[in-house]
Amino acid sequence: MVVAILALQGAFIEHEQTLHNMGIETIQIRKKTDLDTPFDGLILPGGESTVMGKLLKELDLFDIIKNKIEDGLPVFGTCAGLILLASHIVDDNTVHFGTLPATVVRNAYGRQLGSFYTEGNVEGLGQIPMKFIRAPYVKSVDDHTKVLSIVDEKIVAIQYKNQLGVAFHPELTDNHQIHQYFIDIINQYTVA
Amino acid sequence: MKENRYELNKELAQMLKGGVIMDVTTPEQAKIAEAAGACAVMALERIPADIRAAKGVARMSDPKMIKGIQKAVSIPVMAKCRIGHFTEAQILEAIEIDYIDESEVLSPADDVYHIDKRKFQVPFVCGAKDLGEALRRINEGASMIRTKGEPGTGDIIQAVRHMRMMNREIAKLSSMREDELYQAAKELEVPYELVSYVHIQGKLPVVNFAAGGVATPADAALMMQLGAEGVFVGSGIFKSGDPAKRAAAIVKAVTNFNDAKLIAELSEDLGEAMVGINEKEIELLMAERGK
Repeated sequence: MVVAILALQGAFIEHEQTLHNMGIETIQIRKKTDLDTPFDGLILPGGESTVMGKLLKELDLFDIIKNKIEDGLPVFGTCAGLILLASHIVDDNTVHFGTLPATVVRNAYGRQLGSFYTEGNVEGLGQIPMKFIRAPYVKSVDDHTKVLSIVDEKIVAIQYKNQLGVAFHPELTDNHQIHQYFIDIINQYTVA
Repeated sequence: MKENRYELNKELAQMLKGGVIMDVTTPEQAKIAEAAGACAVMALERIPADIRAAKGVARMSDPKMIKGIQKAVSIPVMAKCRIGHFTEAQILEAIEIDYIDESEVLSPADDVYHIDKRKFQVPFVCGAKDLGEALRRINEGASMIRTKGEPGTGDIIQAVRHMRMMNREIAKLSSMREDELYQAAKELEVPYELVSYVHIQGKLPVVNFAAGGVATPADAALMMQLGAEGVFVGSGIFKSGDPAKRAAAIVKAVTNFNDAKLIAELSEDLGEAMVGINEKEIELLMAERGK
């Protein structure tokens, strides 16, 4: 199994290290030719969604990746990555991939002083550590999107078929359960 | 400062990696920077080249002006305070700045003591020209480091010198015997624990950006190839002929810093670069402030 990680900007190396610790091979996506190497799943990391959204288009990656997601490529977005996937952003007309039916709020907990650490329950996984850094949350989802975690009455993890989105940063903790959950999605979709 | 808060502050810097942080003086410039792909902006009244030209005392910017920039963009907003001026830092914390730069670009307020950054909830970035300076700032509570370079000159030589110096000293620490680390800690004037971290990990315990003199996409890619994890661009953008285009080109050069063909394309038709001042022509060496 090979997992591609979008490496345009942000905390992509942290995802790479997590997957390597789990014994999974990774490749970095920085330009169009990087997409020629076959891969089974894609991670959209934390960082700035405005930067990644712009570079995806300007480096001619956007349409190819969007088509792959629509064709069933398993994809996992953390923080900014969740914003890239979401179909609606509150108070913002921007839509990036828009493939994950959910409405998200950017910088929903305020500025850096609002960043925090907690533990929260994720469906099927139990309590896991969660780091929220200038994080978004999910305001609402449609009927087909599954809510996996609610922390302080806010939705922070969702799944829609092949797409997994979380508002926090599992790549910054030693707990690999969310990454394992994504690997299970890949296995499920590769077999199917 | 609680342990958790310091971790979260270091991690915000991790989210900025592979990005470009741009100096801006107005909400309009902040919007241009954000649209061009900046991962954060540094709000200040005058960019370093103008501070240099104006001479006199350079201080923290007007909070109203900083708030205007906070309203204008969704990306993190940083601002500078004078070295040792903890009250300016308190003011910046009060307006919920995302990152404080305790910066040698402004006139130092204290020639002995830096700010005790552990007392703050908001994160700090500090300049360093060698490993000792970097670790001393981290010990004081900085959660991000940048090279000092020489701000407002458009001359990359000092940033290169500082990055190479830091790399060389890190490599030296990594190759030492364990029993030599105590003496190294003494020479660097930092606690043994930080020296031991660098010895084992072969890198700083926080993110390290390049700053001071970056004017072209090639300068930015050069610093990334030398090991910078991202780039600050100050005067280089808004002192040039076509700021939006140059800013966008620098952003792409930082993402694909090893792709010479792409950087060649990005370097075309950028208009006039900032004029710049040679190292030998500089009257005031800002990098010598705060050691």
